[in-house]
Amino acid sequence: MALLEVKDLKVRVEEREILHGLTLTVNEGEIHAIMGPNGSGKSTLSHVIAGKPGYEVTDGQILFKGEDLLEMAPNERSAKGVFLAFQYPVEIPGVATMTFLRTALNAQRKARGESEYSTPDFLKKVREVSKSLNIPQDMLKRGVNVGFSGGEKKRNEVLQMALFEPSLCILDEMDSGLDIDALRIAADGVNALHSPKRAMVVITHYQRLLNYIVPDIVHVMSKGRVVKSGGKELALELEASGYAQFEDAA
Amino acid sequence: MPAVQETVERVKRIDVDQYRYGFETLIESDKAPKGLSEETVKFISEKKNEPAWMLQWRLEAYRRWLTMTEPTWARVDYPKIDFQDLYYYSAPKPKKTISSLDEIDPEILKTYEKLGIPLREVAMLEGVEPKPGEQDPNRRKIAVDAVFDSVSVATTFKAELKKAGVIFMPISEAIREHPELVQKYLGSVVPTSDNFYATLNSAVFSDGSFVYVPPGVRCPMELSTYFRINERNTGQFERTLIIADKGSYVSYLEGCTAPQRDENQLHAAVVELVTHDDAEIKYSTVQNWYPGNSEGKGGIYNFVTKRGDCRGDRSKISWTQVETGSAITWKYPSCILRGDNSSGEFYSIAISNGYQQVDSGTKMIHLGKNTSSRIISKGIAAGKSQNTYRGLVTAHRKATGARNFTACDSLLIGDKCGAHTVPYIEAKNSSATFEHEATTSKISEDVLFYCIQRGLTQEEAVGLVVNGFVKDVLQQLPMEFAVEAQKLISISLEGSVG
Ligand SMILES: Nc1ncnc2c1ncn2[C@@H]1O[C@H](COP(=O)(O)OP(=O)(O)OP(=O)(O)O)[C@@H](O)[C@H]1O
Ligand SMILES: [Mg+2]
Repeated sequence: MALLEVKDLKVRVEEREILHGLTLTVNEGEIHAIMGPNGSGKSTLSHVIAGKPGYEVTDGQILFKGEDLLEMAPNERSAKGVFLAFQYPVEIPGVATMTFLRTALNAQRKARGESEYSTPDFLKKVREVSKSLNIPQDMLKRGVNVGFSGGEKKRNEVLQMALFEPSLCILDEMDSGLDIDALRIAADGVNALHSPKRAMVVITHYQRLLNYIVPDIVHVMSKGRVVKSGGKELALELEASGYAQFEDAA
Repeated sequence: MPAVQETVERVKRIDVDQYRYGFETLIESDKAPKGLSEETVKFISEKKNEPAWMLQWRLEAYRRWLTMTEPTWARVDYPKIDFQDLYYYSAPKPKKTISSLDEIDPEILKTYEKLGIPLREVAMLEGVEPKPGEQDPNRRKIAVDAVFDSVSVATTFKAELKKAGVIFMPISEAIREHPELVQKYLGSVVPTSDNFYATLNSAVFSDGSFVYVPPGVRCPMELSTYFRINERNTGQFERTLIIADKGSYVSYLEGCTAPQRDENQLHAAVVELVTHDDAEIKYSTVQNWYPGNSEGKGGIYNFVTKRGDCRGDRSKISWTQVETGSAITWKYPSCILRGDNSSGEFYSIAISNGYQQVDSGTKMIHLGKNTSSRIISKGIAAGKSQNTYRGLVTAHRKATGARNFTACDSLLIGDKCGAHTVPYIEAKNSSATFEHEATTSKISEDVLFYCIQRGLTQEEAVGLVVNGFVKDVLQQLPMEFAVEAQKLISISLEGSVG
């Protein structure tokens, strides 16, 4: 079943069109990779799906589980299962990571009409997940991402993903800034979340990540459109020949 | 619409109705005639059964006040106050003396209930035997000297304090019962001639709290006073005097909220603190006067003089304030570091929204040797408000080894508000070390969106980010108040975002 359907999406930022009619369908259980040169609109797409303000959708549609996603407030989308691991996770000084995780998780649960987690249940869950991601408990006492290394920030994103159990995970360059070991740990974390009901959209510049998170489908984006889609071998092809061949197609 | 734009839109719509604590209580009151004259001063003094020396003191202040003009240096703007158009005294009709909370006018108790201030609950929790298993037995006791309008109507836990030798009573009572202490200390920190508002207060102060902690005594409970203005056109002139004798310690909590008003209401309190050798006073305030409506109409004018005198060696005074209310705030809790090795602290959260104007800060005056002071100020401006931090740090010629650390952070929500930092630093000797750090930042759209993406509403996101921003100061508040303060911060920013 289609989890996410982006149809002919046109998006403007400050009077400039960035996405020029983008179409993408992601089914439950699938892993999609989106590759494409800098500035081709990959982050823009992820932001529009997540509902970041400042983007004007001039045409097209986004359906999530058959519902009109663009009609939903961003926190509603989150509660419905849309998760975006940011390319640049922000720092929130003075707000302990643990507090943040708990506030966010309970906000989502409340929005879904579920009961809040009890403290012991919550702590148990966080401990399990953070352990599997090699995140020390001490880190969770610090302000959200404050003073975290690049790799730690990315792992913190995966931690939240694991905790919130979303049905659509969009990972925007989760591999950037990660050393090889950290990459493997984060990728393992992502793979552990792979399930028949959950889909992943992995945005990356490097085929290396796709050795760890193996995609079912690879899309090439250029100048605000998906210009080619194919199997995982497409990523290898790109690695060998670059994006130049698609520039004209766009 | 970008979040900041929405913020601005929302702020425009803030209205009186949104002021949760805006309501009136219908109680008969006993008013002085409108306007200010020697007669008014005499009326007040007489109402309070004051001794002659007190009336004399007031009259001197009044005569002095006639020669003074309102200060204009603060970054606040308001129509001229007609001092003859105010009532200077208003009290709930005196009843028989109260020995328990049950005897308080139920109307008054209801008011406190609406405020969410659990006076009755406090009494139940602390005063009356609790039902088994109903509460945390470790909860510290809070003595409440509730000031309703201008007269204290309830004083609790007197007995326990008495056992410890602590005097905690309305200042009007202290004037009669402990004249030697009051005469010795009243006006010794803030002289009657100090400034326009303090002088006015000296002439017409209605009531307030008096605390004396004898040598070596650690006050057995937090002392807490709740203030409330409840009479139309009544200036509230609170007077508080706290003395910590040698080696003693006391923590005093002051909290206030006021009902909504159409007219501006003047509030000019004076608080004097004195610490002798090795003594410490911790004074915390949560202030939530009515801030005015969406057009900037109404609201309390809060002109406060708060000053602590670290008179003794190694003594310490710590001010913590959470300021969320008032149309205009003019307030600089200060420390005079007179004793050698004495220290002063100022922790402040000042939130302004709508059309509020805040000009607040502190003065740390280093006179003794090796004195130290610490200032942590967090200003948050939203809506069309103006939020100014004004701080003075001085070291006297003889204040060798004086040290100060100041960190002053401002956070802006939206783009129609302003934050200003005005530090004055003067070191008259070369051994002083003064450090000053200041930052101003705008609440980041990216940070808000990050939180929202993780499921928080815009409002929750702002609350979370702001609470993180003020955390260092919030931690300074006694536990009992930290929660209330956190609530207030969220309430006061309600409507600041879409
Ligand atoms: N707020 C904005 N204002 C103006 N232009 C913007 C804004 N956000 C994005 N753009 C522009 O949109 C285009 C697409 O940006 P986007 O960040 O989506 O690219 P990307 O594919 O994620 O690039 P990268 O691989 O470098 O992360 C770029 O040309 C960028 O400059
Ligand atoms: Mg990008």
